[in-house]
Amino acid sequence: MKQTREGMDASAAAVTVPNRRPRIRTEKVWAMVTLIPSIILLGVFVYYFIFWTGYVSFTKWHSFIQNMHLNGFQNYVDIFKSFRFQSDLRNMVYFTAFFMIGTLVLGLFLALLVDQHIKAEGFFRSVFLYPMAISAAATGVIWSWLLNPNTGLNLILHAFGLHNVPKWYLSTRILPHLHIASINGGIPLAMFAVLIASIWQWSGFAMALYLAGLRAIPEEIKESARIDGARSIRMFWSILLPQLRPITTTAVVMLMASSLKVFDLLYAMTGPGANFVTDLPALNMFDTTFKGNQFAQGAAIATVLLVLVLIFIVPYLIGTLRKEDSK
Amino acid sequence: MTARTVNRTLLYVVLLIFAVIFLIPVYLLIITGLKSNSSISIDQMWALPHVLGLTGLVQAWQHVGPDMLNSVYLAVTATVVVTILGSVNGYALSKWKFRGSNVIYFLILLGMFIPYQSTLIPLIRVLNTIGLFDTIPGLALVHIVYGIPMMTLIFRNFFADIPNELIESAQIDGNGYWGIFRHIMLPLSVPGFVVAAIWEFTQVWNDFLFGVTVTDPPHQPVTVAIVNIAGSQHIQWNVLMSSTLIASLPTLIVYLVLGRYFVRGLLAGSVKG
Repeated sequence: MKQTREGMDASAAAVTVPNRRPRIRTEKVWAMVTLIPSIILLGVFVYYFIFWTGYVSFTKWHSFIQNMHLNGFQNYVDIFKSFRFQSDLRNMVYFTAFFMIGTLVLGLFLALLVDQHIKAEGFFRSVFLYPMAISAAATGVIWSWLLNPNTGLNLILHAFGLHNVPKWYLSTRILPHLHIASINGGIPLAMFAVLIASIWQWSGFAMALYLAGLRAIPEEIKESARIDGARSIRMFWSILLPQLRPITTTAVVMLMASSLKVFDLLYAMTGPGANFVTDLPALNMFDTTFKGNQFAQGAAIATVLLVLVLIFIVPYLIGTLRKEDSK
Repeated sequence: MTARTVNRTLLYVVLLIFAVIFLIPVYLLIITGLKSNSSISIDQMWALPHVLGLTGLVQAWQHVGPDMLNSVYLAVTATVVVTILGSVNGYALSKWKFRGSNVIYFLILLGMFIPYQSTLIPLIRVLNTIGLFDTIPGLALVHIVYGIPMMTLIFRNFFADIPNELIESAQIDGNGYWGIFRHIMLPLSVPGFVVAAIWEFTQVWNDFLFGVTVTDPPHQPVTVAIVNIAGSQHIQWNVLMSSTLIASLPTLIVYLVLGRYFVRGLLAGSVKG
């Protein structure tokens, strides 16, 4: 946004004051030089490593001993054929969908509540956001206890007289029966335990985003859209929500990227689950590579995961940077 | 008027219900951590402890104390180094744009979103080769590298708001690239450093993936330690919950004390501030 204007200002100044020109050139050289260490580090640790992993995914490296002989697309064929990876893809679709909807709806709802000029706003904001400060590993430990079928929440459900309590992450049920390839394409109920913990952790983030968005909407528009009757529910749909669209886009992309990477929470909470009902590709990659020593297959899973993330992130980043530049 | 009062009351009731739901995990963490091992029984798990037993906390500290120190060392080192790198990058990319600087910025930013699974295999090889595998300095190096994108983003956005007139007048006063950085940018960007440092500290402290792949006990960060306790055969719930509480305290304290900056860091993380 301002950057292009600044760049132009600087060069305009250089034209009017001739002897400043070399100075600006020196400074741009300094700028390039200072970026070199980071460019090298990221060039190696991100781009070269990605290339390396991509290469490994086409090799026969199937044990502790590194074997870089090429194997064509065989590893990809193998993972797509495997029951575990097919389950992962099914779980990923459901997890991402429910996670995003749950987090966005709850986040927006909380933001609307907090935005009503309430007392103790700071308190409520802090309470809804604090899970974001806690590690996913700790979140997994805590929620695995809360959602253990024999402890935690089920005790409260028992106290309310419910005896047919959910088995949470230990459940192996998949509903409904939809046979896709060799797997059951329905929704694994165990996934909801992971979803509850994830939504608990992330909805405060969505709330913070939406709250910032709501605060940026002019007060007159909001005043007319205050939730105090059926009338304003329509206001919400036709005025507030469209105003919040850029925030929603940002949140969707961020949540999508983070849901594809879910690892810590699963590792600490459920693991892959019986019949892989709670498994996701990031965990599968870790197990395949570092427990199974199937390096080539692990690399193939990682590469699929990377491609999935890039499909969403690259257009978003380009769009954001363009918008910033044209301002 | 009465409808409004009813609505306001309803609003607070709903808010309070959600607040209680959000606080349940912390409630359980604290009350379980403060129970002695003998007074833990499943049907009493929601009840407050009869007697405060600090044995859980003491035992937890014996379990995870050394790992806490690992995490402190790790998070502090990584935060200091990467904040400096990020501020220098952000300065270059916001105030001295050159041909191709946008492409460089894009490539740096993208590093923030890649799933780290696609770097783990080479990472372990390289750390092994340079002798840093299973060491805290090795893990710190990893966090420094992968922290660069976010730190660059935060500082670039922060520096962009510093008026160019200040830079021009500093130039007239005879300041060069580093003079402007030291005399104009640094003094004006203390809040930026706070936001960046909080974000990085929290990220490094909460990391699990790199910790579990790069290190083994006893050179592991505390997140890995608590997951290991949770996975052991006979879980002592008070010890596990105390450990989890201890492991979460630093970031919770940072959040409670510097919450405003924490939120700014979060918002900066979603590209648009």
